[in-house]
Amino acid sequence: MDILKFITAGSVDDGKSTLIGRLLYDSEAILADQLEALHASNRKNDDGTIDLAILTDGLKAEREQGITIDVAYKYFNTDKRKFIIADAPGHIQYTRNMVTGASNAGLAIILIDARKGVIEQTIRHSFLVSLLGIPQVVVCVNKMDMLDYNEDAYNKIVEDYKALAAKVELSNVKFIPVSALKGDNIVHTSINMPWYNGESLLSYLESVDIKVDTAASHARLPVQWVIRPQTDELHDYRGYAGRVASGSFRVNDQVTVLPSGFTSVIAKIEQLDKEPAEAITGMSVTIHLADDIDVSRGDVLVSSAQQPHVAQLIEADLCWMDTRPLDTAHTYLVQHNSKVTRCRISELLYKVNINTLEKQYDEDFKLNDIGRIVIKTADALAFDPYQSNKANGGAIIIDSRTNVTVGALMLRSAVD
Amino acid sequence: MSTNNHLDYLDELEAEAIYILREVAGQFEKPALLFSGGKDSITLVRLAEKAFRPGKFPFPLVHIDTGHNFVETIDYRDRMIERLGEKLIIGHVQDSIDEGKVVEQKGKNASRNALQTVTLLDTIAKHQFDACIGGARRDEEKARAKERIFSVRDEFGQWDPKRQRPELWNLYNGKIHKGENVRVFPISNWTELDVWNYIRREKIELPSIYFAHERDCITRNGQLMAASPFLNMDEEDIVERRNVRFRTVGDMTCTAAVESYAYHIDDIINEISKSKISERGARMDDKVSEAAMEDRKKGGYF
Repeated sequence: MDILKFITAGSVDDGKSTLIGRLLYDSEAILADQLEALHASNRKNDDGTIDLAILTDGLKAEREQGITIDVAYKYFNTDKRKFIIADAPGHIQYTRNMVTGASNAGLAIILIDARKGVIEQTIRHSFLVSLLGIPQVVVCVNKMDMLDYNEDAYNKIVEDYKALAAKVELSNVKFIPVSALKGDNIVHTSINMPWYNGESLLSYLESVDIKVDTAASHARLPVQWVIRPQTDELHDYRGYAGRVASGSFRVNDQVTVLPSGFTSVIAKIEQLDKEPAEAITGMSVTIHLADDIDVSRGDVLVSSAQQPHVAQLIEADLCWMDTRPLDTAHTYLVQHNSKVTRCRISELLYKVNINTLEKQYDEDFKLNDIGRIVIKTADALAFDPYQSNKANGGAIIIDSRTNVTVGALMLRSAVD
Repeated sequence: MSTNNHLDYLDELEAEAIYILREVAGQFEKPALLFSGGKDSITLVRLAEKAFRPGKFPFPLVHIDTGHNFVETIDYRDRMIERLGEKLIIGHVQDSIDEGKVVEQKGKNASRNALQTVTLLDTIAKHQFDACIGGARRDEEKARAKERIFSVRDEFGQWDPKRQRPELWNLYNGKIHKGENVRVFPISNWTELDVWNYIRREKIELPSIYFAHERDCITRNGQLMAASPFLNMDEEDIVERRNVRFRTVGDMTCTAAVESYAYHIDDIINEISKSKISERGARMDDKVSEAAMEDRKKGGYF
């Protein structure tokens, strides 16, 4: 059994909460006391059935306003997979929340209201899914029941969406006609749409390939902590603790420590009482090098064969997440894996209107704005382009005045 | 270990938790691990061994002691500390009562559970902890489902759900002002069943009250409570010998038992897989109001 993390993009109006509720309800992931609360609730659908959207209701403040403000995480599993749902709000004023939820997702469900088709919101969500590099997309055309399960209407939306997908450079797109309210094609395949021969949403989620970059050449391990017991018996013990961000390491592999550039060979890989010969993507390990060189938190061990860029001037995509606009005169902090250093945004290249995908050349960068910039860092960052290696291409900006995370960076290329 | 070219779910959850623990070590000056004696914090201790051995833990263990413990828990705690050779700091709720900082609740449903918050905040202030690692999981409850893995608290220990920091990728921002601290939840993404499956795989010993045993109980508000000197009982309470186990380990006055014949971990996993009640459903303190946890967290609860 493995884990699939996915995000649901859409708004309450599209039936997003109902869709998640339906997934949980029909896959029997709801326990009796929660079910009891659900049945006891006064909120019902028009036809008197239970309102499944209640299952995703979160904070009191959200219930009062009837909207999702923040990313909520939901868990369920089947015999085949453990699922983690990042339920993010869909309205434009919560773009930063969707970006947050999307950053860890391996798959995105994009919800389209069949009555409305591809709309501004669909463009926005698809752009964000592409920007954040989510490798798999499922487009659920919802509320098919309200169109009498009409095949032509569905096909038209599929064609419209394919054009959009090409424009925002999304591949691996799967389409499913559903009714979350009635349960068509969510967990069980629908008898109302005999013209659809594909799988239900759940069986697709259970079987979709989870893409992991395990190529040895992309081996990257940011050092988090140096283990040095300094006891009599372990006097010379020096282990570099970290999690393999991408690729894989084997004993005897030649590695380079960045940014210093020292080279050594992996002598041993440890996991408490085990000594695996290989550390693959996602594993937390302790690595021993053959040579006694200076390595500390903030450094990254990489495959000597194929090294990341090391630069202080970097072009990147930026999503601004703070109510105080970006100040190009201010010195911020940038956190890239275990490395934290000072930085300034030295150039604003353009912003993207995420509803129309048009470029804009404004002088400001406000909450939820997304665009291309150049960042200048005090210490060099050892990074890979985000679109080819998410794990070593994402970074956050922290405002040292408030300590708040104010921006998300998708690093692209070194600037000469 | 790995299926195809990616990790099995328990390996992935474990690796993520170890990563988070090491981030705490790397980012904070004076972290602490909050240890309750329950299975979640016992799991955290195992993960800390995986993260830092053969070195010492870069933090002490902190136990907020209500004084109303199951003896089995305290016995377990003391044996574990001896085996680990790590430092244990105990914050006593009794001290907070004696100092007049909190007042003991009265009446039949009196519990020291709510008083713990004050003792916790005092202990954090006294030792100047800047990060407290806890075993909370997002599947436990609605308010937790939205909490960050690094959750910043102000100097009053308050959680403000509207002012949470965006948490992207696996980049945890632990920067804080003086007086603030961060609660860190390394097993946020685990479910109750994941924890049990991990405990079985790792062969981790647990306090015996997690397993079925005979005990004197009374029924209160539809739930089975262990009869103890800490529970305010009157002539209406009928003590019965029941076969029970506990799904969470907390203060004796608010932790309900479930009727059970699960003597081994396999039985427990079986029982939970088919179970009809969520874990927090067995805690009287959460039954008070639907928004109970959200309100308590805002006040500085774990």
